[in-house]
Amino acid sequence: MNAPSMNSMQRTLTALGQQEPDRVPLFLLTTLHGARELGLSIEEYFSRSEHVIEGQMRLLKKYGGDCLYPFFYAPIETEAWGGEVVYLPDGPPNAGPPIIRSAQAIDHLEPPRVMESPCLVRVLETIRELKARVGDTVPIIGVAISPFSLPVMQMGFDRYLELIYEQPERFEHLMRVNEAFTVEWANAQLAAGATAICYFDPISSTTNIPRDLYLKTGQQVARRTLARIKGPTATHLASGRVLPILNDIADTGTAVVGVSALEDLAELKAAANRRVSLLGNLNGIEMRRWTPEQAEAAVKTAIAKAGRGGGFLLGDNHGEIPWQVPEDVLLAIGEATRRWGRYPLDWIE
Amino acid sequence: MEARIGKFQVALESLDKLGAEALFREALAELSPIQVVENLVVPTLERIGQGWNEGTVALSQIYMSGRFCEDLVERVLPPSDPDRKHQPRSAIAVLNDYHMLGKRIVYSMMRASGFELFDYGRMSVTELCERARADGIRVLLISVLMLPSALKVREVRETFDAQGLDIKIIVGGAPFLFDADLWREVGADAMGHNASDAVDIVQSWMGAMQ
Repeated sequence: MNAPSMNSMQRTLTALGQQEPDRVPLFLLTTLHGARELGLSIEEYFSRSEHVIEGQMRLLKKYGGDCLYPFFYAPIETEAWGGEVVYLPDGPPNAGPPIIRSAQAIDHLEPPRVMESPCLVRVLETIRELKARVGDTVPIIGVAISPFSLPVMQMGFDRYLELIYEQPERFEHLMRVNEAFTVEWANAQLAAGATAICYFDPISSTTNIPRDLYLKTGQQVARRTLARIKGPTATHLASGRVLPILNDIADTGTAVVGVSALEDLAELKAAANRRVSLLGNLNGIEMRRWTPEQAEAAVKTAIAKAGRGGGFLLGDNHGEIPWQVPEDVLLAIGEATRRWGRYPLDWIE
Repeated sequence: MEARIGKFQVALESLDKLGAEALFREALAELSPIQVVENLVVPTLERIGQGWNEGTVALSQIYMSGRFCEDLVERVLPPSDPDRKHQPRSAIAVLNDYHMLGKRIVYSMMRASGFELFDYGRMSVTELCERARADGIRVLLISVLMLPSALKVREVRETFDAQGLDIKIIVGGAPFLFDADLWREVGADAMGHNASDAVDIVQSWMGAMQ
């Protein structure tokens, strides 16, 4: 077996250019596992940028992935808006009570400023130091929750759905406020050294809203927002279905789409038709109880379905590996990717 | 009735409240309220739930149609109505995590199908076990979104077993959809793939539990 001829950045950029690099890039999106590496609780781990920097560097070395992922936790954004974060001992932090307690409150809502939000500044410090350490050899993936999906944490999912359907003008106002925040937040991460922004937009998935509603809402928001983000973006549906809207998402100008284990990767690859690259779709929930042999089989299946011709980054289907996934499974995924992901993929029938 | 179910489904999925209400009223002119629930509302919500399993219906449509049907049924069949189902004493809760929509949808579906049940909101394992015991619950529906919460269902089962409580547990939520064996692993008695599954499961248990 030949030694790899590309670094992680070259490998990823080649794949995103719809070409075959030396092997399939592995985007192992580990966040909470950094706390385990450092022997810290999840709350302690995310309290200081130094912890996340050290955690990410150790995870990169240990599992041989092709990106750094300085994502802290989703409610860090609502924390900036004044919300509470609820830490769990064995999972990602949750958002506390909604910060928007009535629909009328939307009329007077003001976005926070990124540089005045200590929690967000902590993320920027992390990105800056990671960039100093790896330069242009490893992609650094920043994260911004889409303006369209953020309200689930801002006001609760049920009240947000009612807003979308029943108060379209107020919904539009909320989008404009959120868009201002998301654009500032994403661009601050790019300025700090992030290579690209993962635009998490699960509400746009057809799991959550029908396509015709997406075209009138989430897609319009994404078009406006991505156009103002000064760097490449990947749109992630966080396990939600995407096949019926894959081309609609491509129309927003995104470069990559994170896809679900609920859909067939070969069908998705065909539908993407080289317009966008795919990221996925290893089942993060089942991964918890995989043996190393099952992990290898899952990696082979994914690569066989979507690897040919580039345009594919291997990763989990949710955008975050659960805390419960053991080290030997992650090591096996890394090993299998290096073994079976080498181009040309001659072993595929 | 078949044609009416099809029209009712289209009206609900497209959020045509006026159309859905007109179809509901038409049915009421011919049938008793409980018959309308059983012959129109329940089968329609089942089809919508099945559509979600197949990826043709979105969560927003399920939520809005369930909420609307709950309201329609509430008007003709109030909670105290003797025609409400003679069911095992039931409750629903979100275990440990902070994602409430799934529970809200199942609660609406159950009520729109003529069931009454306690809504416990969000609870920890200890709170949930104590409350279920105090209320004499026979069927407990547990909704989760996060994997750590799904794994905690095991603690609920172990507590019930240790206390000799014969409480059946139905689980639902994303982790169970992504890992088909998880519900058995955590000791649940059944798993709902969608909200209307909960109605079917409780109905199938009713005879044996009276």
